[in-house]
Parts: sequence; structure tokens; C-alpha cells
Amino acid sequence: MAEAGLRLDRLAILGAGGPMLRLDLIVAPGEVLSVMGPSGSGKSTLLAAIVGVLPPEFRLEGRVLLDGRDLTALPPERRHVGILFQDDLLFPHLSVAQNLAFGLARPPRGAERAAAVEAALDEFGLAGYGPRDPATLSGGQKARVALMRTLLSQPRALLLDEPFSGLDAELRAQVRGLVIERARARGLPVLMVTHDADDAAAASGPVVRIGSDARAG
Amino acid sequence: MTEATRPGAALRVRPRRGRRGLHLLPAMTLAVMLGPVAAGLLGTLAPAFGILPAAGLVEPGLGAFRDLLGWPGLPRATLLSLWTGLAATAASLAIVTMIAACWQGTRTFAVVERLLSPLLSVPHAAAAFGIAFLIAPSGWVARVLSPWLTRWERPPDLLIVQDPAGLALIAGLIAKEVPFLMLMTIAALGQVEARRSVLVAQSLGYGRETAWLQVVLPRVYAQIRLPVYVVLAFSMTVVDVAVILGPNTPPTLSVQVVRWIGDPDLALRLRAAAGAVLQLALVVGALGLWRLGELAVAALGRRWVWSGRRGTSMRLVRPIAVAMAAGSGAAVLLGLAGLALWSVAGFWTYPDALPEGLTLRTWQRFAPALAETAAETGIIAAVATLAALVLTIGCLEAEHRYGLRMTRRAMWLLYLPLLVPQVAFLPGLQMLMLQAGASTGLDAVIAAHVVFVLPYVFLSLGDPFRAWDSRHGTVAHALGAGPDRVLWAVRLPMLLAPVLTAAAVGFAVSVGQYLPTLLIGGGRVQSLTTEAVALASGGDRRAIGAYALAQTAAALLPFALALAVPRLVFAQRRGLRHG
Repeated sequence: MAEAGLRLDRLAILGAGGPMLRLDLIVAPGEVLSVMGPSGSGKSTLLAAIVGVLPPEFRLEGRVLLDGRDLTALPPERRHVGILFQDDLLFPHLSVAQNLAFGLARPPRGAERAAAVEAALDEFGLAGYGPRDPATLSGGQKARVALMRTLLSQPRALLLDEPFSGLDAELRAQVRGLVIERARARGLPVLMVTHDADDAAAASGPVVRIGSDARAG
Repeated sequence: MTEATRPGAALRVRPRRGRRGLHLLPAMTLAVMLGPVAAGLLGTLAPAFGILPAAGLVEPGLGAFRDLLGWPGLPRATLLSLWTGLAATAASLAIVTMIAACWQGTRTFAVVERLLSPLLSVPHAAAAFGIAFLIAPSGWVARVLSPWLTRWERPPDLLIVQDPAGLALIAGLIAKEVPFLMLMTIAALGQVEARRSVLVAQSLGYGRETAWLQVVLPRVYAQIRLPVYVVLAFSMTVVDVAVILGPNTPPTLSVQVVRWIGDPDLALRLRAAAGAVLQLALVVGALGLWRLGELAVAALGRRWVWSGRRGTSMRLVRPIAVAMAAGSGAAVLLGLAGLALWSVAGFWTYPDALPEGLTLRTWQRFAPALAETAAETGIIAAVATLAALVLTIGCLEAEHRYGLRMTRRAMWLLYLPLLVPQVAFLPGLQMLMLQAGASTGLDAVIAAHVVFVLPYVFLSLGDPFRAWDSRHGTVAHALGAGPDRVLWAVRLPMLLAPVLTAAAVGFAVSVGQYLPTLLIGGGRVQSLTTEAVALASGGDRRAIGAYALAQTAAALLPFALALAVPRLVFAQRRGLRHG
């Protein structure tokens, strides 16, 4: 039977100078696993490998499984792995609604899409913001739109890359809480990389440390 | 190690869809760009060494070179080519260095930056005509000073334009090459953290200019070395500017080669080929000489650094730098104003500074011919630019998708069509095409233009395309978009402004081309540039004014569009408005 959740099966990322990262773990649905490590320890590279955009100077061994499906050879757009970065990365040439529609999975089709986008805006307390230029939103609003856009694409796992570390402390806790709550509600396995102990504590899930032995030795 | 032999290579995480030949594009682009250069060089070398099968010549020999050596103008033409090229390059580089060293980070520098684009887009021929109209004995400068200062009641018999030493030619080249090198320098400055380095050096007690020359210039020069070589090769071999501003008896070597090509006498065509080969050798020699100069300056620079001399007294250079830059900019802009005035001038006697009246008669007279020529110019430029843009975006996208990196050698290849003198390979290409019975019509001209448009489009778009935050692509992929959708729906719209700017650059480059249109068009393709240059010997100032102005407009208009369109399309998108 297929195992639910995000599994890194004897995953190793090899750089030019040899292995830089080895992980073997599973993130259960609704669980938030934090990967902690200093900058340069390969946290973002790990996420790039799971999403499927590992730069060619790195090599991957092992497998990435999502709900039992082997993702390793799939192109990123067919993996159904959502990712949120520390910046909102809303597409600057599209309106808020167009950004959401870009993410929104099909179906719905046709006129139903507009309704789905409206509903999402409503749900996140941003009703009427559809035609707005994303650059005119506040930091917290942008973060919410980015989360919304990702969730509308119906991901089956969520990756967080130093999520929202550009926001001030209070807002950050708020947005982080929202992201974790929504991901849990949908039963998504969440893998978060961070160098901030607060993030890991807020996630109240398992913590994996990487890159520390290189430093100690 | 190849992919197959690497352990675990099968597990390489990479999008494998959407290949469809995209990975072949870089090679194809190189072929489109360098194929004509290589073929043309062969087509020049063969007749230079006596082989011209079309004329029944199959025995290699040195007759063409002996004939060339027998031409009495050769020493002077050769010297002129070397002297004008080296002097124009050295002076342009000196002006740019002075401006950057003295004024980087100041408001003056910001003004210089803003004036760059319009100055750059003025075609060489139009700028040269404008300068000729300014400095000629009957030009604007002389008129403004006459007769109250000079006591000239009629134009003096002085050879200011087309002077035998090539000074007017050098001045014309400097006016156009300073903006080009300035642009390249500004781009390089962004990459070397120049202001912080200068600040550190200043805190160690160095004056601003000394600091710039010692800690910034070496790094900036490493970045602009290839553009400097392009300026040197171009200045030595340019034809249109030299026809307008350069000496006549003899002219520079490249102009003489083009004259021989135009001669029906077969012997002169062989001599032209030999001359083209000599011109190529001259450029290679001059580049070598320049390289030696670089090494010498670098050695002096190292001694200067070691001496620890603070050199705080370079304030005097600042006004000189501004005067030089302002002078070269003003020469182009005032020249254009002069062209515009002549094109609408009624009766205009010497030494009046202004015509007695303004009339549209010149424009009415040339309107039909101008419209036809402008349309042909526009078609050539539009198709060549579109082709270059497609190839460039394809190459950059292939680079992005397959993780290719542009090596130093690839950079040289990109610059190669700009380094090899046009006069060295275009005649060969023309002869090859004639021998092959190929048409020398519009399509051939467009293909020849692509050779020169492509490098500039690539250089213009490459940096912004690579600087795009690829996390936008990651997010879009994660949202379910394939590589093509990411390119068309995210990347290109976000890069609309730089794409249009690159297109405008390409268009302007094509509009300014002279030799490719003249030689590959076989006299049957007329552009605004070939027509304007053809007017040079006639001396009809009103006609020259109209044609040169139309040529400038054709180059300038796309830049205006490239600025305006993104502002209109993205009027409601603040995130895209800067840059």
C-alpha cells in the first residue's frame, strides 16, 4: 500500500566537492518537519531538489516519494509540491486575481475560475483585492496572496524556505501560524527549512539539523 | 566525465520535456552569425592569392599583393588606418576613464547616463554628417564666428573636413565611441562594487580620482576589454564615416578597398581582395599592439600602487573631463540640429548663422523617394531584429533550461563579427554569392544584417535575462506551469522592457549598417544609410540633411517605443516600473 506523506528515501545531494547533504526521513500528512542549519549548509538546495529544479552542478542520489509516488524523474510542474519563499514572489506583471488564477488548478474551467478566485480572496479576508497591483499590498497581504496562490494549485506537499523572514516579528508569527494551520487543515506534509529556532518551535514538529558536523569538525 | 558514465546520472533532476530542438539553438545561432564571417574570409583570401575560378584563375600567386604594393597611395592609406583607429580609440577610452574617475556617483554622472541612449542611437553616418556641417569652413561654427571675428566674407579655402591627417575623422569617431564605451563602463561598474572600493581607498587617504584609477579601473577594464577591441577594429576600418569625414587622396585603406570593389576591372577586384587581407592583418597587428600597451600601462599602474602616492591634486582634471564629454556630446546633438535646419532651410547665404526663411520644399521634393527607402530600411531592420531576438531568447532559454554557462571563449565568438573588419569579409561573401549564382537581394541583405545585429541584441538582453530571479520560475513550476508556460507567461512579460530595449538596439544597429547593404545588396537594395552616404560627394546640404535626419529618426523611434510601451502596458504595475 502506498505510504502517505513526503518521503526522502536515502537522499543525497552531491556537489563538485563530494556529498553535501544526506537525509532519510518521512514527513507525515499534517506534520511540519523543520530542517535547521546555518547558511551555506544546503538548505535551499535540498528544497530545489524536492521541487525538481536542482542546479546542474549538483547531483542527486536516492528518491523523493510523495504519497508513495516517485517524484525523482518528474518535471517540477508535475510533482504537485508547492513552495513558499521568504519573499512573496508574486508575479509583478499580473494583478492579484491573475496571480491566483495562474496558480488555480484545472478544473474549475471557464467562468467558474473567477468564482473560485473570488471565494479564495473572501476566505483570506481580501475580498475586492482581485484587480489590485500586488506591489500596492502590505507585506502581510502579499504573504497571504502567495499562500493562497500555492494552495489553489492543489499541492500534495508544501515546502517553506525561510518563510516570511522578510516580515517583522509580529506579522511573521501571524503569517507562519496561518500557513501551518492551513497546511494541517488540508493534511499536507510540510517541510520547512530555517535557521531560526522560533520557526521550528512554532511548528511543534520534528527538527532535523544539517551542516553542523562540518562546522564542529 | 560524460553523463552516461556518471553514477546515478539517470536520476538527474531536470525537466526533460519541451526540448524540441531548443538545445540545438546555441550551435545554430553561432552558425548563423559566424558562417557568413568564415565564408566571407575564405572568399576574400582566395582571390587575394590569385584564385578566382569565375574568371578562370586557378593558379595561386602573389600577383594581387604585388599589384597592391605598386599602388602609390598604399603607405599613406595604411598609416591613416592605423593612426585614426588608434587615436580615436585611445582618446575615447581616455575621455570615458576621466569622466568615470572624476564624476562617478555625482549628479553630473547621472546627467551623462541619461544622455547616453539618444547619443548611442544616432547612426554613425548621421553623426558624421552633422559634425561635418558644424566644422566645415562653411559650417555653423565658422558662420557664427564670421565675419565679426574671422573677417571671412566667403568660406575660406581650408581643408577642415576630410583633412589629410584624418583629424576630422578621429573627432567624428570619438563623438560616437565615447557613448558606447561609457555604456559598457557603466554596466561594468555595477559589477565591481566600485563605490565601496573607492570609499575604502579614500578612507586610506587617497584622492577620489587616484582611488578610482588604482582600485576600480583595473577591474572595469577587464570587463570592457572586448568592447574596446571592437572600437579599435571598427575605428580602423569604418567606411561610411571615413567617406564623409576622412581624407580623400588617398583615403583610408578600407575606403580605397571599397572603391576598387566597385570597379568593373577584374585586376582591381583582385587588388581589393589583397587590400582587404592587408586590412585584416593591420587590425590583428593593432590589436596586438594595443595588448602590449595594456601590459605596459598595467606595469606602470602596479608601480604607482606600490609607491603609495596619494595623489590628492587631481581636481584640475574634473573640468577638463566634463568639457571633453560635453564637447563630444554637443558635437553630435548640435550636428543633428544643423542637419535639421538645413533640411528646412530656404535661402541661406554665407556667413549668415541662420537661413533667411524656412521651407518644407526639400522634404516635399524627397518625400516619395524617402518613404520608399525608409520602408525598405524598416523591413530589413525589423526582420533582422526579429530573427536576432528569437535566436537570442532561444539561446538564453536553452542556457537556463540545460544549465549551460557562457564561457569566455563563447564571449569571444559573440564579439567576433564585430572584431573582424567588415571590409575583410563582406567583399568575399559578395563574390562567393555571385559565383554561386545566389541572389544578392533583400533576403541576403537581411541575413548579412543579422550577423551584426545578433551580437548587440545578445549583449543587450543577456544580463537582464540572466538576472531574472529564477525563484519566480520555481514558484510557477510548483504551481503546475511547464517550461514553455513559464517562459511565455512569466519570464518574457516580466522582461518586456529589456526585450524591447534589445530590439531597439538591434533595429538601430541594422539602420546604421552601410557596407552589408551596399555590398550584399549588389546595388539593388537602398537603405537610408546607403542613400545618405551616396549624397556625401554631391554636396547638396538640404538633401543630406533630410536623409541623415530620416536615418536618425529610423534609429531613434524604436527606442522611444521601447520606453513607452512597457509604461503603457504596465501602467498599473508598480513592481515593474523601475528598470
